[in-house]
Amino acid sequence: MSSKSIEDYLKAIYLLSKNGKPISTSEVAEHFKIAPASVTEMMKKLATKGYVKYSPYQGVNLTNKGSQVAQKVTRKHRLLERFLHDVLRIKENKVHSEACEMEHALSDEAEESLCRFLKHPDRCPDDDKIIPACDLPFSTCEECIDLHKKDLEESGKREHVPLSICQLKEGSRGRISFIRGGHNVLQRLSDMGLTPGTEVTVVKSAPFHGPIEILVRGSRLALGRGVSETIFVEAEKA
Amino acid sequence: MTQKKLIIALAGNANVGKSVIFNYLTGLHQHIGNWPGKTIEKAEGTLNFKGYTIDVVDLPGIYSLSTYSLEELVSRKYIAVEKPDLVINVVDASVLERNLFFTLQLMELETPMIVALNQLDITKRKGIEINTEKLEQLLGVPVVPTVATKGTGIYELLDKAIEVIEKGQPTRREAKYGEEVEERITKIVMMLRGVHLYYPARYVAIKLLEGDEEITRETDRLTPQIVGATKELASEIEDLHGQPCSTVITSERYEAAGGVARQAQKLVPPAKLTIEEKLHNITTHKVGGYVIMTASLLLIFFSIFTFGNYTSEILGNFLEKLHPLSTSVFGNGIVGNLIWGGIAEGLIAGVTVALPYIIPFYVVLYFLEDSGYLSRIAFLMDNAMHKIGLHGKAFIPMMLGYGCNVPACLGCRIMETERERTLAAFVTTLVPCAARTVIILGLVGRFVGIQWALVLYVFDLFVIFALGRLAFRLLPGEPSGLIMEMAEYRMPQLKTVVKETWFKLVEFIKIAFPLIVVGSLVIKAADIFGLLNPFASLLSPITVVWLGLPVITGVTLIFGVLRKELSLILLAALLAPIGLQALTPVQMVVFTLVAMFYVPCVATISALVRELGRKKALIISLFEIAFAIVLGGVALRLLTLFT
Repeated sequence: MSSKSIEDYLKAIYLLSKNGKPISTSEVAEHFKIAPASVTEMMKKLATKGYVKYSPYQGVNLTNKGSQVAQKVTRKHRLLERFLHDVLRIKENKVHSEACEMEHALSDEAEESLCRFLKHPDRCPDDDKIIPACDLPFSTCEECIDLHKKDLEESGKREHVPLSICQLKEGSRGRISFIRGGHNVLQRLSDMGLTPGTEVTVVKSAPFHGPIEILVRGSRLALGRGVSETIFVEAEKA
Repeated sequence: MTQKKLIIALAGNANVGKSVIFNYLTGLHQHIGNWPGKTIEKAEGTLNFKGYTIDVVDLPGIYSLSTYSLEELVSRKYIAVEKPDLVINVVDASVLERNLFFTLQLMELETPMIVALNQLDITKRKGIEINTEKLEQLLGVPVVPTVATKGTGIYELLDKAIEVIEKGQPTRREAKYGEEVEERITKIVMMLRGVHLYYPARYVAIKLLEGDEEITRETDRLTPQIVGATKELASEIEDLHGQPCSTVITSERYEAAGGVARQAQKLVPPAKLTIEEKLHNITTHKVGGYVIMTASLLLIFFSIFTFGNYTSEILGNFLEKLHPLSTSVFGNGIVGNLIWGGIAEGLIAGVTVALPYIIPFYVVLYFLEDSGYLSRIAFLMDNAMHKIGLHGKAFIPMMLGYGCNVPACLGCRIMETERERTLAAFVTTLVPCAARTVIILGLVGRFVGIQWALVLYVFDLFVIFALGRLAFRLLPGEPSGLIMEMAEYRMPQLKTVVKETWFKLVEFIKIAFPLIVVGSLVIKAADIFGLLNPFASLLSPITVVWLGLPVITGVTLIFGVLRKELSLILLAALLAPIGLQALTPVQMVVFTLVAMFYVPCVATISALVRELGRKKALIISLFEIAFAIVLGGVALRLLTLFT
């Protein structure tokens, strides 16, 4: 199994599953337009490597390890899309397939530089999806820029890649690592008690990509999907 | 003996029972107005206590004193500039940490204050025990426990307020930030010596570090060099923490609030879910929540319309009996006609159409709001509203629009930004109000078939969606997302509901009635002097050629600007002796479509002007006229094609 196909599978599972719920192998098969039987085969292999949890009845979901790889590839993919679109002026409908090929070859170092070069974009150009956070231990993008001016060698890596809060499972907890967004939203969220380091519990998420309900500092808040995508947390181990 | 005057302001988060306390304090001696130049409500009332005449000002419910919303700015300025004699900070004891976050900010404004520790009954049931003395000691501010819904502690609250005003504020403790921040605050306070702003120096220093817009601007006007220096200091803090300085300060303030809360409260979570929590889980359930919402909304609409219809008829019949009286006093000449046909008919219309629907609508609305269910509806509808660039809260004015567009437009104030207010107001004017329902049901429903009336309602939803989306694309700016507290459910207070309904009703009458009366007077005069028919023939290229309607519909549509349902009543009269059946089914549908969309009625236009300004109100009205005409013509051609 090549690393390219591992990455492709993990990315697909990452994109297909919502709120960390397991998805069926037939969904994956549908996505790749291949026979479910060969997907099942693949899932078993991925499970032995520790990337996914798989059971024939419940389906498949990513482990922490798998989730990290998937987010990394998705991040590279979407950064590349931005680069191809914004800098190389390649048409919007072509950037996706182009990026699909390039994402596997892009090194982590190049990815970081690309992110800074593009001034830390939030979303990809073709379908406006949010770009997953990097795994560097910064709480703002400005910090990354500043530190880079000084000396990049100092920076280590985060132990966990932060997830956006809407990716947490219902009932699970996390600690806010950073929030993306303009001054106003940032102020509003922190006024409501969502400051970095604060523990939040996701109570439920409304269907069809609706808002999520969270508990923070003893109060119950509803956050729109768009807002919740910009809040990144470190998931607490269950 | 002349009484001494005092001013006390009530401040606190939303949903903490502030207005209940306000009601207890002031009873019916209240006055609701707007803050000068703002569309933000200001409630004031007076009471007499121990030889004082006390003015109580109820500030808007807010979570912070930054400048995220106008409400926050208004409250902050009021406390700092008007300097009330005392601020009563109403605190929800069951969410102590977040409430204390606001308390700490109020303390920074350095006005004399006391804390009303409210909703202690809910707190107890949630298994939280609060040591009031400890809290008082930690804050250095008097704390009075209250259960406002039962009236407990209100007297003690006033008593304590007077005591603090008479004897002065005991020394309070300030929220201490981290050393790195405190050090810089002190530096800035030193620099600020001799600079006079409305706000206390320490407060200015903190806000400068946070990069607060208003205060930075004011300071910049007086001493630009201080602003430069604070930017430097703020970036030092940013370097230390790797976070924006405002986030650092907010975090540390929350830490302080959390520290106080943890020391003052004991948590013993009950083993079982409380009734409130169970209710919350059911009403926000993925499937059940929507079922309950749909059922309750349908029930509400159905009962309001049944009630409204019934009362409207009784009221109408009763008031019509006054006609002979008017004739006997003013005669049957021009004057008599103007007085009855213009002024009296206008008033009757206002009373019979608006009030029977609007009063129950308001009662239900405030009942839902006070109980906490509205925020659950907003949660459930957020996703759907996002499709037209709004968030869940906008569903509330839209719902109101089915009763009457006027309060719906006024209700758009709950949206946070100007852009959203505009968008929401535009969408609500497309909602078929009670008057339009009269046309839909009375013409299409009665003569073409009820299923066609339903088709029109569904089509209306489709139009709302399509035009809302279009407006969302065209209006510049970013959509803002939903950030909303879902406070614990509670028993609504009848007193609060009645009071809110009463004040809203007065507001509605003030906006709508003068216009309805003047408008109907003008049209009646035009009628008497024979100007209507020439005008109708002037419109005939549109009404007859393009829309395929009889010439007289021009007249009725003009009347419809006053009140939509009038156009149907008039049409029936003008088509006599055959009546409305003189129209073909296609004509009925076309007429109804045009009447649904062609322009908000005068009262709604005036509400739009009030909320959005003249320009936007004009654009919306003109657009809707054009849209209705185009739509009617297209519908005519399509419908004749199929029939």
